[in-house]
Amino acid sequence: MHFPILTVIVFTPIVMALVILMLPSERHGLIRGFALTGALIAAGLSVVAYLSYDQVAGGYQFVEQHAWVPALGITYHVGGDGMNLPLVLLTGVVIVTGVLISWGVDDRPREFFAFLFVLATGVFGVFVSLDLFQLLFFYEIAVFPMYLLIAIWGWKVTREYAAMKLTLYLFIGSVVSLVGALAMYFASGMGTFNMLELEHAAFSPAFQRLWFPFVFLGFAVLGGLFPFHNWSPDGHVAAPTAVSMFHAGVLMKLGAFAALRVGIMLLPEGARFWAPVILVLATINVIYGAFIASVQTDFKYVIGFSSVSHMGLVMLGFATLNLDGLTGAGLQMFSHGVMTALFFAVVGMVYDRAHTREIPKLGGFSKVMPLVAVAFIVGGLVSMGMPGFSGFVAEFPIFLGLWQVQPIVALIAALGIVITAAYIMRVVGGVFFGTMPAELSGHIGPIRSQDKVALVILAGLLILIGVYPAVMAPMVQSGASAVLRVLGGV
Amino acid sequence: MAAQTALTSLVLPILPEILLLVLVIVVLGADVFWREAEREKLGWLTAAGLVVILVAAIVYSRPLEGSGLVFGGMLRHDWPAFSFQVIFLFAAAVTCLLSIGLPGMGDQGEYYALIVVSTLGMNLMAASADLIMLYLSVETTSIPLYILAGYMKRDDRSTESGLKYFLFGALTSTVMLYAFSLLYGFSGETNLYRLAAGLQSGGISSWVVGGVVVLSLVGFGFKIAVAPFHFWTPDVYEGAPTPITAFISTASKAAGFAVLVRVMLVAFPSIAITWTALLAAMATATMTIGNLLALAQHNIKRLLAYSSIAHAGYALIGLVALSELGTASLVFYLVAYVVTNLAAFAVVILFARSAGSEEISDYAGLSRRSPGLALVMLVAMLSLAGMPPLAGFVAKFYVFAAAVQSGWIWLAFVGVLNAIAGLYYYMTVLKVIYLYRSEDEDKPIAVPRPHALALAVCVVAILAVGTISAPWLDWAIAAARGIF
Repeated sequence: MHFPILTVIVFTPIVMALVILMLPSERHGLIRGFALTGALIAAGLSVVAYLSYDQVAGGYQFVEQHAWVPALGITYHVGGDGMNLPLVLLTGVVIVTGVLISWGVDDRPREFFAFLFVLATGVFGVFVSLDLFQLLFFYEIAVFPMYLLIAIWGWKVTREYAAMKLTLYLFIGSVVSLVGALAMYFASGMGTFNMLELEHAAFSPAFQRLWFPFVFLGFAVLGGLFPFHNWSPDGHVAAPTAVSMFHAGVLMKLGAFAALRVGIMLLPEGARFWAPVILVLATINVIYGAFIASVQTDFKYVIGFSSVSHMGLVMLGFATLNLDGLTGAGLQMFSHGVMTALFFAVVGMVYDRAHTREIPKLGGFSKVMPLVAVAFIVGGLVSMGMPGFSGFVAEFPIFLGLWQVQPIVALIAALGIVITAAYIMRVVGGVFFGTMPAELSGHIGPIRSQDKVALVILAGLLILIGVYPAVMAPMVQSGASAVLRVLGGV
Repeated sequence: MAAQTALTSLVLPILPEILLLVLVIVVLGADVFWREAEREKLGWLTAAGLVVILVAAIVYSRPLEGSGLVFGGMLRHDWPAFSFQVIFLFAAAVTCLLSIGLPGMGDQGEYYALIVVSTLGMNLMAASADLIMLYLSVETTSIPLYILAGYMKRDDRSTESGLKYFLFGALTSTVMLYAFSLLYGFSGETNLYRLAAGLQSGGISSWVVGGVVVLSLVGFGFKIAVAPFHFWTPDVYEGAPTPITAFISTASKAAGFAVLVRVMLVAFPSIAITWTALLAAMATATMTIGNLLALAQHNIKRLLAYSSIAHAGYALIGLVALSELGTASLVFYLVAYVVTNLAAFAVVILFARSAGSEEISDYAGLSRRSPGLALVMLVAMLSLAGMPPLAGFVAKFYVFAAAVQSGWIWLAFVGVLNAIAGLYYYMTVLKVIYLYRSEDEDKPIAVPRPHALALAVCVVAILAVGTISAPWLDWAIAAARGIF
C-alpha cells in the first residue's frame, strides 16, 4: 500500500477550505497562515509526484482505484502521466503564488480562501481523473466557485456582468460535454466510466464524427477556443488578481486538457475528421487574439486577450495530432500557465498602486518597482517565444508539428508571434519605462515581500525550463506519445 | 405460533401507518393535557414521534423478498412504497422542527396532527394498489394540506392560498375520479395489478385507454405540479405558512410521483409509447415554464415555487425513460430534491422570522449578517442548480443518463439547457446574499435549536447523497425493481 499521493493532493485544498471556514472571520492572519500552509502542502506534494514519476516505465503511475457507484461502473480512479503531472505541478505553483499575492485581501478573506481552495480541488481532481464521471464531477466543482470569487472580490465596474457571463458560458460547455459523455458511456456498451477502458471501446466512425464536436467544443469553451472565447477576457479583467492568475493560468488548461483527454483520446476518429476545423479556429485564436490585444488600452485586457491568443497555440498543437505538436501543446500549457499567472500578478500590483490600468496614464514603473518590471519582461520574452525562455521550448515543437501537417497554417500562425512581440513591447514601454505621470509619482508604495517571493518563483520557473528544457520536455513527450498510441498513430 | 405469524404479517407491513395514527392521538392528547407553556414543545414531540416511526419502519417493516399485496389487495408492501415512505417521514419530521415557535401555529396540537394525518395519507398513496384506496389516500393527504395552507386565518394571502389549493385540488381530483370510474367500467377491476390484464381482455381500444390516461394525469399532474396543471403553485406556495410550503413542495410532490410511477408503469404498460411521448412533452413544458418564470421572481417563495415546478419536469424525465435506471433516477432525484428544498425553505423561514421579509432583495448582506445561514443557502441553491459535490448534481446526472440510455437525447439536451437557465436565477439569489450590502448587516439572524438541527441534517444529507451516492442509488434501483 503506497502513499496515495494524488488523492492527498486533490483533497488537501478542500479539507483546508473547510478548516478555514471554521476559523473566526476576524482573524485574518490566522486565515492566511492556514491558506498558505494548505497551498504549500498541495504544491510540495505535486513537486514530489512530478519528480518521482518514472519516465522510463511511462504510463499511468500513482494509480488508485476505488469503487464509487458500482451500479453504473463509476469508480474513483486517479493516475498521473507525462501529460497531467506537469499540469498538477502548475496548479500547485499557481495556488501558492496566488495565496501570496492575495495577502492583501481584506474583505472576508475567510470566504475568499475557502472558495479559492474548493476551486483548487476541482482543478486537481480533473487533471488526475481516469474516470469520466469523476472528471465531470470535478470539472463542475472547478467552474462554480469562480462566480462568487469574481462577483464578490472582482473589479467593481464589470464584475457582476463578467462573472455571470463566464459561469453561464462554462456551464453550457460542461453540460453539453456531459451529454456527450453519457452518449459515449451507453454507446460503448461496456458499462464503465473508466477512460482507460473506454479508449478501447471502438466507437463507430459515424458515432465519433457526430459526438466529437459536442464533447470537444464543450470543454474547449473553457480552453478559450474561438468563437467561444468571449467570456475569457471579460472574466480575467473583472476577477481579483489571484483569481485571474488561477483562471488564465490553470482553468483554461483544464478545458484544453479535458478536450484532449475526453474528446481526442476517446474519439480519435472524430478528432481526425474535425482536425482541419480545429486548425482553422485555433489559427483565428492566435491571430485575432493578438490583434485585439494590441489595440487594448487597458493593461489587463491586453493580457486577457494574449491568453486567448496563446491558448490558440495549444489547440493548434492538439490539432496536429502528431508527436511534436502534442508535446509542444503540453509544454505550452505549462509555460503559458506560469507566464500568464506572472502577467496577472504584475497587473494586480500595478493596479493596486496606480488605481488605473489605462496604459497611457501609466509609465516609469521600472524605477519604483524594478523587480516587477524585470519579472514582466521575463514573461514578455516567454510570450514572444524567445530562445532561452520556456515559451520557445513550447512553441518551437508546435510549429514543427504544424509544418508537417499544414505549412500554410504554420506561416499564418507565426504572424501571431510577431504581433505578440509588438503589443508586449508597447506595454513594457508604456507602463515600465518613460516618465511617470505627475499625479502618480511619489504615491507608488513598495511591493510586499510575499509579492516578491511569488514573482521570483514564477519568473524562475520560466527561465529554468527555458535554459534547461530537460526538466520538462522528455516528461511531456512521454505523455504525448501515450496519447498517440491511443490515437493509433506511431 | 401460527396465529402470531399471521398477525405479524398483517401488522408489520402497515406498522408505520398504525404508529402515525397513534401519534395523531398522542399529539392531540398532549395538546389537551399540556399547559400553555408546555405546548411550545409539541413540535419536538411530533418530530421525535416521526423519527421513531421512521426508525421503526426501517427496522421492522422493510419489505422482504416476494412481499406483495396486503390487506385484500388494497396496499402493496414493496420497496417503492417503503422508499417513498422514508422520504415522507423525513420531510414531515423536518417540517415539524421548522414549525416550532411560529406564532399561531407552532404551539397548536391540531396543526401538527394535520401534518401527521397528511403524512399518513402519503404513506398510503405510495403503497396503494387499488383505485379505491388510491383515491381515498390522495384525499387523506390533500384535505389536511388545504387546511394547513390556509391556517393563518387572519392573513389574506394564507386564506387565498388555502382556498385556491382546495378549488384546484377538488376540481382535478374529480376529473381523476372520473377516470378511475371509467377504468373500472372498462376492465371490471379496481386493482392496479389486474387492471392491465382486464383492459387487454376487455378489448378496449388503446385510444380510449389513452383518453383515460390523460384524465388521470390531470389529478396526478396537480399533485406534482407539472404544466399545464401548475397554475396554483406560486400563489399557494407564497401564501401558505412557509413550513407548509416546504412540506407541500417536497413530501406532497414526492407522493404524487409515487402514485404516478406506479399507476403508469403497472396499469398502462401496453400504451407506454403514447404516454411517454405525452409525458416528454409535459416534462419539456414544465421545465421550460418553471425556469423561465422563475427568472422574473422577486419573492423567494415564488422563486422556489417556480423552481419546484421545473424540478418536477426533470424528475419526469426519469419516468419517460421507461427503464429501471429511469425509475431509479426518478426516486433518487426526489430524494435529492426533498433534502435540498427543505434546506432552502429552512433558511427562508429563519430569515422571515428575524427580518420579516420574503423579498429576495432583502437578503442583501446575509453573508455578513449570518455567514453560516448564507453558506447553507449557497449549498441549497447550488444543489438545486445541479452542482457537484452536492445531491442535485448526481441526481440530474442519473436522470439525464437514463434519458440518453433510452434514446431520449433531445430530452436530455432540453434538460441541460434548462439547467443553465436554472443556474442563472439561483446565482442571482446568491449574488444578492454574497455581493450586495444592506443597512441591517449588524442585525444577526436568530437560529433556534430545532431549526439548527433541521439545517444540519439537511446539509449533511445533501452532501452525503451527492458524494457517496452508491447506497442511495442501489436503494433507488431496488425501488424501481419492486414496482412490478
